[in-house]
Amino acid sequence: MTSLWTQVEPLLAHVTKPARYIGGELGAQQPEHGPGVVSWLLLYPDTYEVGLPNQGLQILYELLNERPDAAAERSYAPWVDMEAAMRSAGVPLFSLEGHRPAAEFDVIAFNLSAELVYTNVLNLIDLAGLPVHAEERTDEDAVVIVGGHCAFNPEPLADFIDCAVLGDGEEVVGELNDVLATFRRPDGGWTDRQALLRALAQVPGVYVPSCYDVSYDETSGRLAAITPRFPETPERVEKRTIADLGAWPYPKQQLVPLIEVVHDRLNVELFRGCTRGCRFCQAGMITRPVRERPAEQVRTMVRSGLDRTGYDEVALTSLSSADYSGIEPTVTSIIDDPSCSGQVSVSLPSLRVDAFTVGTAAQIQRVRRTGLTFAPEGGTWRMRQVINKLIREEDLYAAVDAAFSQGWKRVKLYFLIGLPTETDEDTLGIVRLASRCVEIGRRYHKGVTVTASVGGFVPKVQTPFQWFGQNTIEELTRKVHLLRDAARPVRGLTIRWHDPKASAAEGISSRGDRRIGAVIEHVWRHGGTFQEWSEYFDLALWTAALEAHGMSLEDVAYRHRGEDDVLPWDHLSAGLHRDFLWQDWKDALAEHGLEDCRWTPCYDCGACTGFGVEHVVASAVPPAGGSQGTGQDLSTGGQVPVRFLAAAPSGAAPAAPGGTAVTLAAEGSA
Amino acid sequence: MRIRFRFAKVGKLRFTGQRDVARMWERAFRRASLPLAYTEGFSPRPQLSFGLALPTGAESLAEYLDVVLDDSRAETASVDLEALPDLLGPLLPDGIVIEEAVVAEGRIGSLQEHITSCSWTMRLAGVSRPELHELIDAMLRADNVLIERERKGKKVIDDLRPSVLGLAMVDTVVDQEIDPSGRTVGIMAELATQPRGVRPGELVAGLAAMATQRDEASQPMDDGSAEGHPNGLPVLDRACRTHQWIERDGLREEPLRRRDDPAGRATYALERAL
Repeated sequence: MTSLWTQVEPLLAHVTKPARYIGGELGAQQPEHGPGVVSWLLLYPDTYEVGLPNQGLQILYELLNERPDAAAERSYAPWVDMEAAMRSAGVPLFSLEGHRPAAEFDVIAFNLSAELVYTNVLNLIDLAGLPVHAEERTDEDAVVIVGGHCAFNPEPLADFIDCAVLGDGEEVVGELNDVLATFRRPDGGWTDRQALLRALAQVPGVYVPSCYDVSYDETSGRLAAITPRFPETPERVEKRTIADLGAWPYPKQQLVPLIEVVHDRLNVELFRGCTRGCRFCQAGMITRPVRERPAEQVRTMVRSGLDRTGYDEVALTSLSSADYSGIEPTVTSIIDDPSCSGQVSVSLPSLRVDAFTVGTAAQIQRVRRTGLTFAPEGGTWRMRQVINKLIREEDLYAAVDAAFSQGWKRVKLYFLIGLPTETDEDTLGIVRLASRCVEIGRRYHKGVTVTASVGGFVPKVQTPFQWFGQNTIEELTRKVHLLRDAARPVRGLTIRWHDPKASAAEGISSRGDRRIGAVIEHVWRHGGTFQEWSEYFDLALWTAALEAHGMSLEDVAYRHRGEDDVLPWDHLSAGLHRDFLWQDWKDALAEHGLEDCRWTPCYDCGACTGFGVEHVVASAVPPAGGSQGTGQDLSTGGQVPVRFLAAAPSGAAPAAPGGTAVTLAAEGSA
Repeated sequence: MRIRFRFAKVGKLRFTGQRDVARMWERAFRRASLPLAYTEGFSPRPQLSFGLALPTGAESLAEYLDVVLDDSRAETASVDLEALPDLLGPLLPDGIVIEEAVVAEGRIGSLQEHITSCSWTMRLAGVSRPELHELIDAMLRADNVLIERERKGKKVIDDLRPSVLGLAMVDTVVDQEIDPSGRTVGIMAELATQPRGVRPGELVAGLAAMATQRDEASQPMDDGSAEGHPNGLPVLDRACRTHQWIERDGLREEPLRRRDDPAGRATYALERAL
């Protein structure tokens, strides 16, 4: 393979953050390529700083490079200035390890974690020098594979990718390599691309769009069916699930970048999967069941990882880290480890909302205490029952009270707007709730700040909300204005919101069918890359593209789907039975919450039974504190204990008049 | 205990910034279990201070780092200075080469404040040797050399002539040695750092300004031609800081002189990188 370094180097003097393109991280490998070796270019379709920390990509990187018959290198989306420099100098996309041209790799594999990056995917395929349309690729061209959460609805990308891989990648990546090796010619290229794709389609968890026919209803124009074209192709592709996370202690050599990236710290995965059952949360639905890593292995990975990297921060990651059995002793053993000399901080990226969790947080943030973040998601108890985020008012305020009383002065709260059945009372409940948090904080400190960060809800596939028609841009904007106006007089409360236009564009690809491919291509051809970056996002590109192809936001994003609708991802499965999801959707509309199935009887969602796996949880009882519905009296969920009501105890700072006024206004509007 | 390191930064690593280099050192110190002293307060940080920031993209054979070890820790007393370069070297990325480590005794001032000038070697493309010779002469003769540069986001016009303490071409042999392609011409410069440092790119902008003046003088101004520079403008290809100087009482000295180093670590590394 050839190196493009001498052509890349002169470009670097003229671009921002040139170190994005040099490689050389601790943990970077220099794999050997050769006749019997399948070469993979692992791509994250966003900037280096966003993509490098991605743990999924790093795990596959190590697993592939451990094999004698595979070689994996990495690349990320060059920023717009570098892309322009590359295109004008005729330099194609290259890997960071060997600065090898992307087109010399056998496989180009993308990690997809968000829909707005899809135009970057097309751009990178093009920058690699491959035909953007999969059907135009020949035996000489690389195979384009996507994985990650968005792979559960790959239809919008069906025209551009060769296959999508569903679920955990640890096992299937090796099986893919085996099949690819069989079809790889010693001089590179494939013996028979079509036969290769048909063979890949038979690997469990692998979906090859070109092996399926799509038909549309002639009168309605809606999707009618997606059916296999070949007898051996499965009708339904089931996701892959590893049974035991403890068998996969990866990454073993986490990459340490030379420049600062997001999540710039050691990451150790505590467990995979989450059964809290939040109905809006795709990650929780598609990664079931819960599989905990043994505590001893966590400690070993933390210790060896810190020794190897020199990091002074470790994140214990999962979808809800405070739910890990024995989270407390695990955290304590890390911060009390003498080899860390008291300078290592631990972060739990997702806190459960209760006072108990704050106690753990106080313990771990004794080194560098920043802010605390909670995610109630809904502003009223009614709303939280609909979305099944069963945080009682009492637990929420107790958590915030604990945070302020233990020294924190900044609290951040995450909310969603545009949720199913949401009324203005629910929306304004966000301000009421956040104002009460400010009042609680003032009992302890003068200058407390509470930030309510508000995102517009985009329904995701393989969740109970996949049938819900998302709020229009106008409706989300109206709700944002409601919140902004109500919060304005409240000293100490800041509202931040996500651009409703971006939520709409995200909704196009989130639940779109194969015809959305033309829209994505249109946006890309009109210069729409880096759409998840606000400085480059342009809704007009998306609406123009929809119009050009006879589609509309009304139909693609805002329309409610019915039980009988054929959904573009019905032939793909995250293990969840369709009737479970439909029942959960009905339960949502009935404001009925479900407890976590880790410690209560099974609801038969299908994730365990379908794959012959089960929860791997060390503790048979819910965590101490037992919040979020488990073992709690949900009939009192909406009640606010007297101690958290506005009347401040004597000796504390009085609540701001503005705060009181808003509380009244919010209640008055209900 | 304060330790002063002298190190080189060469090769691909030149594309990283000063803050990045600081973090590389921090991680290396932690990996080596050196008992760093941390700042007090809300967000404790290790006490590291560097000399003048090196522009991203430039190499250097003369970088300095002062680091404070925690005297309350027993390990501090047993730190073996001689062994430090070999202990830390493998823990730093390729392209950082430790030259020296000494205990900084007594009250030594901060590197930032005391450095008065830096020496550089540069490779320039876009001009021939005779042309460059002419431009250097013109700059040295000029009373002022005005260039536009950005300061705190605002464009300002600065005279960089007082900051150019020395400027010369390197001989053809060296030229060929460091860039056998013959595409570039080598220069050496000593640039003052007070009151405001001059970057290699700014020096080259000054040379380009000389070329523009020359071309304007040799052409009628009223033809509105933007064709300009028949002889081309100099473009910075590579820059390497070779020395940082502290001037005291008319004498120049380095913050930490390179010991006689038969292996010539950094020089060797630079040649390899070029």
